Amino acid sequence: MGLNMNRGVRMKIKKRKPNRSIWGDGFVLVLLVGAGWFFVLPLLYAFNSAFKPLDEIFLFPPRLWVNKPTLDNFADLFVLMSKTWIPFSRYIFNTVFITVVGTLGHLLVASMAAYVLSKYDFPGSKAFFTIVVNALMFTPQVLAIPNYLVMTKLGWVNTYWAIIVPAFAAPIGLFLMKQFMEQIPDALIEAAKVDGAKELGIYFKIIMPLVKPASLTLSIFSILNLWNTRASNFIYDEELKTLPYALSQIVTGGQIARAGVSAAVTLFILIVPLMFFISAQSSIIETMASSGIKE
Amino acid sequence: MGVKFDKWKNTLKTIWKCRVQYAFLLPYALIFTIFFVLPVIISIVYSFTYYNVLNPPEFIGLQNYINLLLADDVFLISVKNTFVLAVITGPLGYIMSFMFAWLIHELPRFLKTIFVLIFFAPSIGVNTFMLFGTLFSSDSYGWVNAYLMDWSITSAPIFWLTDPTYMMTVIIIVVLWMSLGNGFLSFIAGLQTIGKDQYEAAYVDGIKNRWQELWYITLPNMKPMLLFGAVMSITSSFTVGEVANALCGFPSTDYAASTVVTHLTDYGSLRFDMGYASAIASLLFLVMILAKKAIVTMLNKLGT
Repeated sequence: MGLNMNRGVRMKIKKRKPNRSIWGDGFVLVLLVGAGWFFVLPLLYAFNSAFKPLDEIFLFPPRLWVNKPTLDNFADLFVLMSKTWIPFSRYIFNTVFITVVGTLGHLLVASMAAYVLSKYDFPGSKAFFTIVVNALMFTPQVLAIPNYLVMTKLGWVNTYWAIIVPAFAAPIGLFLMKQFMEQIPDALIEAAKVDGAKELGIYFKIIMPLVKPASLTLSIFSILNLWNTRASNFIYDEELKTLPYALSQIVTGGQIARAGVSAAVTLFILIVPLMFFISAQSSIIETMASSGIKE
Repeated sequence: MGVKFDKWKNTLKTIWKCRVQYAFLLPYALIFTIFFVLPVIISIVYSFTYYNVLNPPEFIGLQNYINLLLADDVFLISVKNTFVLAVITGPLGYIMSFMFAWLIHELPRFLKTIFVLIFFAPSIGVNTFMLFGTLFSSDSYGWVNAYLMDWSITSAPIFWLTDPTYMMTVIIIVVLWMSLGNGFLSFIAGLQTIGKDQYEAAYVDGIKNRWQELWYITLPNMKPMLLFGAVMSITSSFTVGEVANALCGFPSTDYAASTVVTHLTDYGSLRFDMGYASAIASLLFLVMILAKKAIVTMLNKLGT
């Protein structure tokens, strides 16, 4: 009985990963756990600090782990939030709006362009793509003033559009989508055309479902970027200010006693990107490429 | 004359035939041109002017570039440091991104998400590198110093962030720590799109271990993502700046932690010499494009 079960387990392991030794798998796990500590430090630090009472935050030498966890920092944060000029929910709405519209628009605009650039050769297509990739290499610091000039000409200063619309065409999104779409076999598209499908139908029904891991990854890039945007260059109205900006005002507005609040803010602002990241990654990993998209 | 005209007519015909494709590209092309190409062109034009933001730009020809290359000692230190950072953190960060993505891909499904999160953690929050300020703090309370002294390896605290001997090493460690970013995520997603049947077929064909699998199946299938990751590595390793300023301060001791981007920020945000800052950005742009070209050529040779 025991022997049979043992054999059964071994068979199962063998079936799952044909070219793997137990020793190799063990070594991989040890290596990942060992290196992981170094990388996960900021998350551990953010979580622990947020629940530290003030005396532990100022403890010397500083310690990573919280000793007596407390919710005081969050209580203080919520009191401060309720005291702002404008209802705090307005800041949250602003950031949610910018993030959701910016990410959906980016996904649509960038992947439509990526589709034709990866699957068709038309005059200017190669040159255009090269320009997009090269645009990634220009240091953004010096672009603040030219960007401001452009926004002024368009009359977009002090509107959401100044942040949302440029995000639609972020070069990194097009580059990523194009690299993944390149792998889709042309035969798939030709077959659909023979069946009478139009380009828009092919794009929505064939291409987009096949590059789900890429579109989720693009959404992660976009959400991390837009959720944390302070937008202080373009937006002056208090009512239009974003959540990170409002929270940083709360932290810098007070004395040193706000260190606890500051730790709570770090965690508070992290929650949404963190949740999205986890759900997007598990959905990427669930994508079973059982037959693959390659010929 | 007639031949040229025919060529034009043919091109126009092709363009008309591809009108659907152009329509797909149009929204992106329009936004991209207005908000990315146009500002870059304006900035390159500024690099030939003296522009202090208050007065209109004044054309001075190549003077910014001449000053930069012949009369600016700090720029030369910055170039040297940036070069060191690019040569070390670029390739190492790139290899680390791929290696960890590949190893994580080996794990059972429920562990994968957890490990992707763990390794991506430095990029998920804002300014996570500030943590290293505490870690490498110059007094005996900094974590690294505390441990080194506890274990009697050193007897006095080391000034990690202000002693030119150590500053670059610390920055390199921090940049490597942050290198599992966008490229890493694209590798994770890319590995997911390789069909299981390919591995099964290879097993039947007599591939014996994970290394052969990596070389003959995984790498060739990952070419588009490898290119994406390489460009990400170039952009992050050549533009180290914020980390250096935040950890070593600005200006750092003897400018030992000065990089091209900190030098650019100095002129752009502190001295308001936008022309000079734009000249630095334009030169960096040129160097990065050349580096990208070299790497694309190398990647194309891989596995052919």
